[in-house]
Amino acid sequence: MLYREAGQFKTNYVADQAIFPIRQDRIGMAIVLLFAWVIIPAFGSDYFLEIIMINFLFFSLAAIGLNILTGYTGLISLGTGGFMAVGAVASYKLAVIFPDLSIILVFLISGLIAAAVGIVFGLPSLRIKGFYLAVATLAAQFFLDWLFLRVDWFTNSSTAIEGVPKTVFGYLVTGPNAEPFAKYYVALAFVSVFALLAKNLVRSAIGRAWMAIRDMDIAAEIIGIRPLPTKLLAFAISAFYSGVAGSLMLFLFYDSAEPDLFDINLSFKVLFMVIIGGLGSIAGSFMGAAFIVMIPIILTNAPDLLGLPISSDLAKHLEFMIFGALIVFFLIVEPNGLARLWQIAKEKLRLWPFPY
Amino acid sequence: MTAATLERPVPPVQSEGPAPAARRNFSEELLKVEDISLSFGGVKALSNISFDIRKHEIRAIIGPNGAGKSSMLNVINGFYHPQEGTITYKGNARHQMRPHEAAKTGIARTFQNIALFKGMSTLDNIMTGRLLRMRRNFLWQALYWGPALKEELEHREKVEAIIDFLEIQAIRKTPVGRLPYGLQKRVELGRALAMEPELLLLDEPMAGMNVEEKEDMCRFILDVNDEFGTTIALIEHDMGVVMDISDRVVVLDYGRLLADGTPSEVRANKQVIDAYLGVSHD
Repeated sequence: MLYREAGQFKTNYVADQAIFPIRQDRIGMAIVLLFAWVIIPAFGSDYFLEIIMINFLFFSLAAIGLNILTGYTGLISLGTGGFMAVGAVASYKLAVIFPDLSIILVFLISGLIAAAVGIVFGLPSLRIKGFYLAVATLAAQFFLDWLFLRVDWFTNSSTAIEGVPKTVFGYLVTGPNAEPFAKYYVALAFVSVFALLAKNLVRSAIGRAWMAIRDMDIAAEIIGIRPLPTKLLAFAISAFYSGVAGSLMLFLFYDSAEPDLFDINLSFKVLFMVIIGGLGSIAGSFMGAAFIVMIPIILTNAPDLLGLPISSDLAKHLEFMIFGALIVFFLIVEPNGLARLWQIAKEKLRLWPFPY
Repeated sequence: MTAATLERPVPPVQSEGPAPAARRNFSEELLKVEDISLSFGGVKALSNISFDIRKHEIRAIIGPNGAGKSSMLNVINGFYHPQEGTITYKGNARHQMRPHEAAKTGIARTFQNIALFKGMSTLDNIMTGRLLRMRRNFLWQALYWGPALKEELEHREKVEAIIDFLEIQAIRKTPVGRLPYGLQKRVELGRALAMEPELLLLDEPMAGMNVEEKEDMCRFILDVNDEFGTTIALIEHDMGVVMDISDRVVVLDYGRLLADGTPSEVRANKQVIDAYLGVSHD
């Protein structure tokens, strides 16, 4: 009853092409933004802001990046962790070498550097696809991992890279002493802006070219899409998002990290987010990130909240088991991810409570 | 819906000129293939094929299965590169090119087994046909504002005109994977039309359709030819359709050119009858 678009007529193409053409979606989005920008920072505890929200936000950004590449362009990548490492290391180096550079610019330039690296490792995608491409991107992951561990220049000869304290408008936003809400706002601003840009990209000409390549590359070529530039652009933008996410991860979440934090497990984690959230959906990237980030936290805290006397070891094992079972459950219920479930729910709601 | 959406793309010069009978005089060559030979390893798919396609005509390519019809389209389209022979397009000898380069020169096509983008809506599928004409770079598109939005809307209007033309308004937002076969064929034609091609290659546009669907498709093909002045080369097995709508027919068999002429000439050709009905060697 609530979600019914009857009576909402569009009289021009601008309204029909709007990002949220249905009024209920616009209201829903406004509520989400209100929560994100006002209510959560006002009432959330430091733990909630830092451990849950910032964690969720930078993973969302990485998931959007991978979704552009895997979900929209159909190129499977296992190099996300590597590209995030490029972003993190680049932002660390930039912040150290240019102390006066604004942190916003540092993050953006790091993203561009990651994009350049992404283009290089995207070159094989013209010739190979599917599992073979996944293996080729795996090479990116291992090479970048190795590079940052072994070449001292990247870590300034220390074992860890650090989030250098920086200010925006006089507020300390990074480093160990920054207030959680300041960090939260930086992460939220980045994610809000770049999620919007990603959504715009995928619903305009370049997004259609990506999906054309994904759905049928031969037909894409006969309508004039040049495969290599289109795929490389997807790699570049995807790596840009991963790079910025890596910078946020280092500067806003970990403060100090060894380069091997960005290992193959991180790549898999982001890939799972994209698959569980829904391939080819920006909203799905958020849902997937929320699922993978929050479920373990909820499961860890559940025994305490329920007052169950379980040893911490057992709790940890149970967490893994339940988490794995949940993933399997969701993939069986809807192989196309949470975003598709959400869409089906919306279609059902249009008719509810009537059968048809 | 604004009035502008109902306008069709302006047809080229010839539509308002002479009466339909006079229109059937074609003289200007659009595409000419000479001595084309194509082989895959030891298999000769095409040998020494020569024919031409003239501006504004409907040219049918027929022949039994395995005759090399689709290979011929693939050669014109840039998918296959013949070992021998020359292709002259719009008066210039064409160098070896990739399909996307052929698309840029105004060649569009549909496939025998539908090659739509299954995950996208009808509207988006047809919008992809406009990609070559969209000029804004991805930074503008990311903003979806100003010139990028304006461009998007301009092309949307063109696409809506095609949707109206093909009478598929009701399935505008439906993912094409959910559509029945006949409609998918129509959407694929729409995508090719969105490119505003000069030469439209149709590979079995009526395969697997019932009589009504075939009639609709014939009407669209004739209308496209009439109203937009598009030159059409089509492969089709339904001889009734071929003889009715085409201006000239090429017959291929085992990769060789068997006959070339008007439908009535081809129908009377002894070799063609033999190829289709078999010859008794007595």
